[in-house]
Amino acid sequence: MSAPEPQSTNDSAATPAVRMRGVNKAFGDNVVLRELDLDVAEGERVVIIGPSGSGKTTILRVCMTLERPDSGTIELEGQHLYHEKHGDKLKPAREKHIRQVRSNAGMVFQHFNLFPHMSALENITLAPMKTQGVSRDEAEEHGLELLDKVGLRAHANHTPGQLSGGQKQRVAIARSLATGPKVMLFDEVTSALDPELVGDVLSVLRDIAEEGETTMMLVTHEMGFAREVADRVLMFDSGQIIESGKPSDLLGDPQHERTKSFLGAVFDH
Amino acid sequence: MNDFFLNSTQYERLWDGTLVTLQVLALSFMLGIVLSVGFGVARLSERVAVRAAALVYVEVARGISSIVLLFWMAFALPILLGFDQPSRLLMGSVALGLNMGGYGAEIVRGAIQSVPKGQTEASIALNLTPTQRIRHIVLPQAMPVILPPMGNLTIEILKGTALVSLIGLSDLTFEVSKLRVNRTISDDPVSIPILFLNALIIYFVLAQIIALLFRLAERRVNAGFEQRSGRTAVELSAPTAGVTG
Repeated sequence: MSAPEPQSTNDSAATPAVRMRGVNKAFGDNVVLRELDLDVAEGERVVIIGPSGSGKTTILRVCMTLERPDSGTIELEGQHLYHEKHGDKLKPAREKHIRQVRSNAGMVFQHFNLFPHMSALENITLAPMKTQGVSRDEAEEHGLELLDKVGLRAHANHTPGQLSGGQKQRVAIARSLATGPKVMLFDEVTSALDPELVGDVLSVLRDIAEEGETTMMLVTHEMGFAREVADRVLMFDSGQIIESGKPSDLLGDPQHERTKSFLGAVFDH
Repeated sequence: MNDFFLNSTQYERLWDGTLVTLQVLALSFMLGIVLSVGFGVARLSERVAVRAAALVYVEVARGISSIVLLFWMAFALPILLGFDQPSRLLMGSVALGLNMGGYGAEIVRGAIQSVPKGQTEASIALNLTPTQRIRHIVLPQAMPVILPPMGNLTIEILKGTALVSLIGLSDLTFEVSKLRVNRTISDDPVSIPILFLNALIIYFVLAQIIALLFRLAERRVNAGFEQRSGRTAVELSAPTAGVTG
């Protein structure tokens, strides 16, 4: 208990940012994740595509502890998220351990989920101040820089009610970046936006991708964007990854029948 | 003219009684709010034992007649616990506060459930602790839903304070009854209808003050959701369609 945890047992260079092993998740009879194995390398940008309702979003949600897997293990930055090591055995983790490992991840939601009773800046400064003990001055300074980055510094004092959907989503992205998570999860972040507002949000994502420091997992229907920023595209259906490859390969020349028919349906529209 | 007023000695008694009523109200309100928030949050705990305990409290607090609870707190419990001279003011307030907490906890629980789930999810993603989530994210957004029924409940408790006269606390109702019984306490005998009219008006005015305070609190809370600057300020202050007709 009192002895410090040894660092990850594996050679750290090869430790993936996200490692999922045998993850199962069902909602009632509906199995959404079936023995899912997935490694995402440090700094890698992975786009997950697949039919709606197939459980793509659940992959992100179990990594963010918004859903608890029925079985299997998930590691973030080499640390078990839901388990603690006691010698060689894994035991269910306590809340404190989960919080410590969870600090590696950040998430942006389809419906923004900004806090409506706080200004844009307050939305961003809350987590650094409350979870990392950053001073208000420092948090606000960093918050304004992040707002600058998403092009909304002038809107710092606006509440979410005064912002357009695209602006809200850019604030939400800035908010999730404020604590400096190493792994960013993006859950259909442009799906709820009017088409003319999608571009601004995508360009913010592109900026994050270009910096190359953040591991990104994105669930999206924006195939053009996927082709442009992804290192790897995963086709997900029936609880499993059925095809995986470089965007040019998977999107240009899919091998699996279901990938073909899915992409066919997407590009027809 | 004189027919509608009491004399100054009588008003002094009513004033003293009003002060006791306000003390009981303040104490039971403070306890009631703490219990409301505590048990309202506990009703939604992830832990079954905590949820169950909160449910038991709520059902007991709502299901017991407040006058019986009052007698228990004032007379029975002190004997069981071996208190010598319990403060009647304290025991009376605790009984009313316990009662208020039962109803208040349900108000708080309902209001918390009205906050969209995405708000809690976003605060989990930001790695806030469960306490921080409740305090900074959920409760502030539940406030607009909590305040109107909590104002009602507080007025109910104000009216409920009249019960403490039955355990011998000299609150407003107690003083009024005493004036009625000792009709010759001063030179002019009290006119019974006027006496009770005065009591009625005092309770009514106190209730109106509570309603006003809650309305101010509501306005303040709602202003937080609007904005600090910019165009919507104008839209929001624009006159609404008249209800004058």
